[in-house]
Parts: sequence; C-alpha cells; structure tokens
Amino acid sequence: MSATSTRPPDTAAARRSATSPAGRAMRRARALKGIGYTAPTAAIVVVLFLAPLVLVFWMSLNRWPLLGAPRVNAPDNYTRIPDNPLFLDAVRFTLKYTVIVTVMLLLVALGLALLVQERRRGTGFFRTTYLLPSGVGFAAAALLFYGFYSTEIGPIHGILRSLGLIEETFSFRGTPNSALFSTIALVIWRFAGFQMLILLTGLQSIPLELYEAARVDGASRWQAFRRITLPLLRPTLALLLVLSVSGSLLAFDQFFILTQGQPDNSTLTMVMVIYREAFFRFDLGAAAALSVVVLLVLVALNALQLRVLRRRD
Amino acid sequence: MTTATSKIARSAGFHTTAAALAILFLFPLAWSGWSSVKGQPGSSQASGYGFGNYGYLASYGEGLFTYVTNTAAVTAMTVVGTLVVSALGGYGFARFDFPGKNLLFLATLAILMVPYATILIPLYVLLDRLGLQNSLVGLSLVFVMFQLPFALFMMRNSFEAVPRELEEAALVDGCTTLTALRRVLLRAVRPGLVTVGLFAFLASWNDFFAPLILLSDASKFTLPVAVYSMQQRTFGAIDYGALEAGVVVMAVPCLLVFLLLQRYYVRGFLSGAVRG
Repeated sequence: MSATSTRPPDTAAARRSATSPAGRAMRRARALKGIGYTAPTAAIVVVLFLAPLVLVFWMSLNRWPLLGAPRVNAPDNYTRIPDNPLFLDAVRFTLKYTVIVTVMLLLVALGLALLVQERRRGTGFFRTTYLLPSGVGFAAAALLFYGFYSTEIGPIHGILRSLGLIEETFSFRGTPNSALFSTIALVIWRFAGFQMLILLTGLQSIPLELYEAARVDGASRWQAFRRITLPLLRPTLALLLVLSVSGSLLAFDQFFILTQGQPDNSTLTMVMVIYREAFFRFDLGAAAALSVVVLLVLVALNALQLRVLRRRD
Repeated sequence: MTTATSKIARSAGFHTTAAALAILFLFPLAWSGWSSVKGQPGSSQASGYGFGNYGYLASYGEGLFTYVTNTAAVTAMTVVGTLVVSALGGYGFARFDFPGKNLLFLATLAILMVPYATILIPLYVLLDRLGLQNSLVGLSLVFVMFQLPFALFMMRNSFEAVPRELEEAALVDGCTTLTALRRVLLRAVRPGLVTVGLFAFLASWNDFFAPLILLSDASKFTLPVAVYSMQQRTFGAIDYGALEAGVVVMAVPCLLVFLLLQRYYVRGFLSGAVRG
C-alpha cells in the first residue's frame, strides 16, 4: 500500500505550495495514499454491491434456473409479472401493512418520546426499558412472539379470555386481520423505542425559550405542541417516515417467521414472494425481475418523498 | 398549595403511565426467559423448573455448540472486517483528495437505497462462482458490505473531527501516515470505532435473511436460522420451550452488550449518521 512510503509528507506545506512542481508531486503522492486507504472500501463496493447490481439486471433478462445453464429470454420475466397473482396480492398487502404500521409506530413512538422527554427521576430507566427490545434481533423477536402468541404456552390466550375479549380458542393466525395486527404489535414492541430515541434527539434540539415565550403569551400545552413542537420536529418525523416506509415495504422476517403468509397467503409480502420464486420455484430469473421492480419502485418513492419533504422545508 | 398538589398529581400520573408501559415492554422478554425454564408436558422439561429445554437445544441438529460457534465466528469476522475497512476508508475520505473520491462515497451510500432481496439474489449466484457460497467467510463479507455505508460515514466524520495538528505533529516527527493513523488517530476516533463495532455486532449476530439465502448446509447455520429450522421442523408439535430457550441464547449476549454500550448506540444516531 502506498501508505507505507517513507517520505514524511508535510500536509501544511503541500497545501501552501500546491502549484509548484514539488507541491504537485506531493499532491500526487497524497492522492495515491488516499486511493490506497480507500482500496478495501472500493473492492467491497465493486465486488459485493455493484457487480451483483449489474448481475441482477442481467439475470432478469434470462431464464435462470437454480441449477443448470441460464438462457436469454427477455423480456419474459417482466411480461409475466402481471400473471403472478401471488405477487399482485403481495403488493396490495405490503402497501396496506406499510401504511398501518408506519402510522401506528410513529404515534406510539411520539407518545413515548413526549412522556420521557423531560428529565426527572426515573426517565433514564424508562427510556432504557422502552429501548431494550431494540437490542433483541428482529428474527429472535419474531420467534419469541411465535411462542408468546401460541395457545400452547403463550400468555395472550389466557389474558384475552380473562378480559372477556374472546370466548373461544384464540389463534393469532385465525383471520387475515388478527395475523396482520399480531405482527404489527411485534413490530411496535421491537421498534417503538428506537423511533422514540430518534424523536428525543429531535425534541432536544428545540430551544426551551420558545416554550417559555409561548407560556408568557398564554398558550396552552396543546397549542404549544401544535405550533412549536410539531413544526420543529418535522425533519425528524420526515426521517422516520422515510425509514419506516422503506423498511416496511421490504418486510420479510416478521411475516416469514410469525405468520408464514397464513392464513391463505393473506400475509405474503413482496420480498416473501421473491424468496419463493427463487428458492421454492427455483426460478432465479423471475425473482430477479421482481427484485428489479421493487428496487425501481423504492428508489422512485424515496426520491419523491425526499423532494416533497424538502420543498416543505 | 394547589400548584404543589397538581405537581404531585402530575408526577404520580407520569410514574404510573411510564411504569405501566415499562411492564408492557419488559413482559415479553421476562416471559421468554421464564417459559424457557418452566416445565411443559410433552417437552424436554416435562414438569417443574429446570434446564431440560436447554439440554434439548444443546443436542438439536448439529448441536447448539456448532451454531453458537458459527454465529460467533461470523460476528467476529464482520466486526473486525467492518472496523478495518471503515477505519482505513474513513481516514482516506477525511484526509486525502484523489480522483473518483465523491463517486466512491456515493456508490457506498447507495447500498442503503437498494433492497436486501435485490442484492442477495444475485449475490447467491456470484458467491457460488467465487467459491464463497455456503461459507461463513462469504456471509461475513456480505455483512461488511451492508455495514459499510453507516460505518464509513461514521468514521469519516470521526476523522474529520480530529484536529489536523495532531497528525501533522506526528508526520513532522517522521511517521508515515499509516503509523500516524495507528499510533495517534485511532485513539482519537475510538468512540466512533466502538459505535461502528456495536452496530456490526448486532447486525451480524441477529441477521436472518442473508444466512437463510446464503447458507445451505445445516452445519454452517447461524443461530437465527438454526432456531427457525427447529420451529419449522416439527409441524404441529412445536417444542415451544426449546424455541424460547433458543430465543434466550440469541438475545442475552445482545442485551448485555446493548446495555453496556447503550451510550454508543445512542451516539450513533446523534452523530447525524441517520440524519445525513
């Protein structure tokens, strides 16, 4: 690596005499070193990110079985997408899930953040408690809730029954809605603390003087919240919105482990269908075409969200 | 008098609400620990309390030891790999000018924009060609790639925050830039390194989708995939006690590290890495 050169490069001198021949030579030496230091990054980005990105486009233009030789069949993998009812249902379900979970998660997280934003006795403990589930892996959390919801050993069944909310045996995968909301409860448990943390950093950046001025003007707590907190929190809320929307559109672990798409494939997400095309139907070409579509939609959506949010700022 | 009473009332209200929520958040965790040692007819811990479920888990499939070793190996390789690549890269980006610098930085950040599945389907094919499919090394390299946008951003900012004088003094003393990095700068960016290492640890220890796709041999499975396969194997008669024991084995190391290094976790988000 060029970094092991024995010449002592005086950066201050290099900057001063950038135009002299010696300065130019020094700049070239430093450029080489920069390339050397970032070479491992470049290698990983090129081999493990850019190459697969090109490959996935190429795969989508081929009949590409899991085993055996690929053969160009463009654009069949794309034209067949509308004939895949499983994927179309999955698109609809994923969008529905994304909207519901994003709104609910944000409301819960905002409530938590407002609750523990003031420094008083116990807030540190409460913050840590709400954040603790974020330390558990998402797949581990889904497996935990799989037992938690089960009628065999889970406590939910007994609790709901003693509250008189259910009469018969509770099966969390009994109806499409119970499967969806059971999963959303898991996601809120796992991610609310994390969103709360980000909201707290946003809340802390709001100057206290604004609230004092509002109080002097006789504003109620609700008015202060609507007129000061919400507008100034907008960049933070926008960030969480982007994170939550793209995360939810790519939902996999939670449904794959917890509902397994049940009942009747009503909780299949887009990524689950991609996985299924690739590893159950052994059609990597079709999976690649679906992945490309999801990629394009996501990039377009993110660009749109960022533009809309930036214009409002 | 009235303001004092309302203050007390508000404080009581706060503590009741906050404590009720704390119980809601802690309950599933506590329940999973409790049900992993509690007896259940038909399971390996038929009655009373004990570690029967853990005993079953220890001998399940290729053995718990294999899965823990695999997971620890992948995690160690990912953490070390991420730290080395992002420390060198962060230094390079913070202190040197070279052609293609902005392009490389943008390409690295673009990793965040691309869905997991979009990149893992071709990686499955590509790693096969490279002889790295079904390999813990291959999986770790993929994890390093996924960590890189956050890690590089974090380390570049950390190096930029170090005053140039610190390293110029070392360079004037005749150190090479690499020696200056090793002896002087790494100490100055240590909080950044801990944050990057923590995120790499949590991601690689817990990730489910990448090992599910890239590992095909049960002897290579990491914990999340192994416990998932246990949940799948016995359709109709799932050993829930053993399942929760598996959850405890997966979660406890993370929770300990998380509690110990919580400050650095929070710092990762304060650093602007997510705001950027």
